[in-house]
Amino acid sequence: MKIRAQIAMVLNLDKCIGCHTCSVTCKNVWTSRVGMEYAWFNNVETKPGIGYPKDWENQERWKGGWERKGDGIRLKQGSRLGVLMKIFSNPNLPQIDDYYEPFTYDYEFIQTAPEMPTPPAARPISVITRQRMQKIEWGPNWEEILGGEFAKRSQDYNFADMQKDMYGEFENTFMMYLPRLCEHCLNPACVASCPSGSIYKREEDGIVLIDQDKCRGWRMCVSGCPYKKIYYNWTSGKAEKCIFCYPRIEVGQPTVCSETCVGRIRYLGVLLYDADGIEKAAAAADAQDLYQAQLDLFLDPHDPDVQAQARKDGVPENWLEAARRSPTYKMAIDWKIAFPLHPEYRTLPMVWYVPPLSPISSRANAGQVAEAGGIPDVRSLRIPVRYLANLLTAGKEEPVVQALERMLAMRAFYRGRQLDGHDDVDLLARVGLDVAAVESMHRYLSIADYEDRFVIPTTHREYAETAYYLRGECGFSFGNGCSPGETSETLFGGKMGGKRVFPIRVRGEDGHEKVADY
Amino acid sequence: MSALHSFLFGIYPYIALAVFFVGSLIRFDRDQYTWKSDSSQLLRRGELRWGSNLFHFGVLVVFFGHLFGFLIPDSIADLMMTPTEHALLAMIGGGVAGVAALAGLTLLIHRRLTDPRIHANTRPWDMGVLTILWIQLVLGLWTIYFSAQHLDGANFLRLVAYVQGIVSFRVGNADLLNNVPWVYQAHIALGLTIFLIFPFTRLAHIWSGFATVAYLFRRPQIVRSRPQEARTLPGVTRGDVAARQR
Repeated sequence: MKIRAQIAMVLNLDKCIGCHTCSVTCKNVWTSRVGMEYAWFNNVETKPGIGYPKDWENQERWKGGWERKGDGIRLKQGSRLGVLMKIFSNPNLPQIDDYYEPFTYDYEFIQTAPEMPTPPAARPISVITRQRMQKIEWGPNWEEILGGEFAKRSQDYNFADMQKDMYGEFENTFMMYLPRLCEHCLNPACVASCPSGSIYKREEDGIVLIDQDKCRGWRMCVSGCPYKKIYYNWTSGKAEKCIFCYPRIEVGQPTVCSETCVGRIRYLGVLLYDADGIEKAAAAADAQDLYQAQLDLFLDPHDPDVQAQARKDGVPENWLEAARRSPTYKMAIDWKIAFPLHPEYRTLPMVWYVPPLSPISSRANAGQVAEAGGIPDVRSLRIPVRYLANLLTAGKEEPVVQALERMLAMRAFYRGRQLDGHDDVDLLARVGLDVAAVESMHRYLSIADYEDRFVIPTTHREYAETAYYLRGECGFSFGNGCSPGETSETLFGGKMGGKRVFPIRVRGEDGHEKVADY
Repeated sequence: MSALHSFLFGIYPYIALAVFFVGSLIRFDRDQYTWKSDSSQLLRRGELRWGSNLFHFGVLVVFFGHLFGFLIPDSIADLMMTPTEHALLAMIGGGVAGVAALAGLTLLIHRRLTDPRIHANTRPWDMGVLTILWIQLVLGLWTIYFSAQHLDGANFLRLVAYVQGIVSFRVGNADLLNNVPWVYQAHIALGLTIFLIFPFTRLAHIWSGFATVAYLFRRPQIVRSRPQEARTLPGVTRGDVAARQR
């Protein structure tokens, strides 16, 4: 056994209000740069819908993730030689239109327009061609709150094996939000896809990063990642991805998306896992067993044997302490209310989701609502269990049903306690909980204090590098030490295009206007 | 012959090769962030599929054909085939691959000029490299016409001797090309120029392209860790770590 620790995230979809604060704050911090306009390290999708990029979940089309071969697994995009053969033109790479063509608006025209019969408008301009766009065809969140026709949205991969037509009817329609970011997988397909070996997982906290100096822009990771969470920067020619805000994590702060989440839906905590078991777990014969296989990798931080082995494997004491208080451990392993996103991709993702409850469906409202011991039958909820199972457990419904029942039971229990002054212990027993567990669930899910949501140990960076030698250095840069990586003076070329759509004009000291260098 | 001839074929090869090696090294050491393939596939797939595949696979065959055809010592080459066979192989094999590469490159140039997305994000050097390569491929294919007139391989042996002479620092090497048709001379001079500009353009990614062969043999997952002493607290002081770093 080889024990490693990772900061895992859980998102409680039951409380996501789809406000996009996570996406916007993330973008402001990390991707507000030329070449990355179209890239959202974090985005929120309205489900059902085909998502961003279009149809990303359909791996028969995009060939992301792993597939079982013999007793093991291999990349769905091919053998290693097969990957190299595709290096000149990657047949599985989305074109930027599959995300959306990045655009801005000609705002200046509103201020400079001459007198016109109609009010001036700021028309869209492509950031890529710097030409006017006749029409914006797609955007980062085109399907927001069920935008567009059901016929298109129903291409959603999660409708597999479902009679989906009825969900197009107004009475039966349903929706949910799905915030997505890099899963920082235990078995990342992007790492295994990279021909130059530039992507790696950090041993101490599990964060998956791209070495910007080593990346050669072969773009096999973009197609390798089944979540399509690696983005090719079309001006720098390098792949970029969510960095799990590692500079914040290292000092014990939550990621920007978690910190700014107004619904308090995000949780960050340490999970201990057996690194030697990854390969076997990812190769489970039946895709529906992958959820359990991944659960089995996680180790009980309260077990003295686990602690001893973890210390031997170099997990620091404060990480073990954090693992014992980990909110993600409680949700994923203790209460089993959180699930991996699409475990069938076999990447063993480490961003997990609590499925959302939803109102009772109209059919159930019409006098047919089935109650099972004080809580409504979860199959009468508007969001079909099957849909959630396709999203979170490769189609296995039982775990999702149990999670929904536990959440409903928690509500019913607290309603009884607060309104009737009576603790319905039997109700809890029926869903496999006890009073202590449900009180803890209530504390973490309903109260959701900052200190409970984020239990992040610092990484003792001071022991890894000597701050004395770092004094006066430049902090974050794109490779090359302190060089910004795009100086115009370099002999070695820099960016491909990516000129400003609207050049910034400045008035020089001589009184003449000139275009500012950026 | 003229001073120009002696410079181009006697001295220029060493300038070009020195810049090629030292320049690549400096760029790799100092400016690795700029070291990449500069793919534009994300912006437009279209013609790239045929263009890039034809060009790259074609040019790889041409490259290895040149490498082995010119640098395998005569003694070994003679064991494998007669000079005539050697010349025929080079003309047919190189011809087919060269035509494929030229067709692909033409598609790529067409794409760069006509696609608004690609055109708007093309640097002068991108077009420069494509143009030089295109001319070089045309010159290379043109040489087949001359080679076909000397099927005994005489021309060919002279060229092989010249290229090997560069590697072995033969005195008076440039004289070997004295009476060689101008197309060969132009092809060689432009080829050397490609070596010269190599480190300063996107051509540098060729090094990395060959390095990807390592991908076939590495383990699938890569985990990077901080030094062990950094993670096993306590008892380690900053001084200890610093001392080990040095």
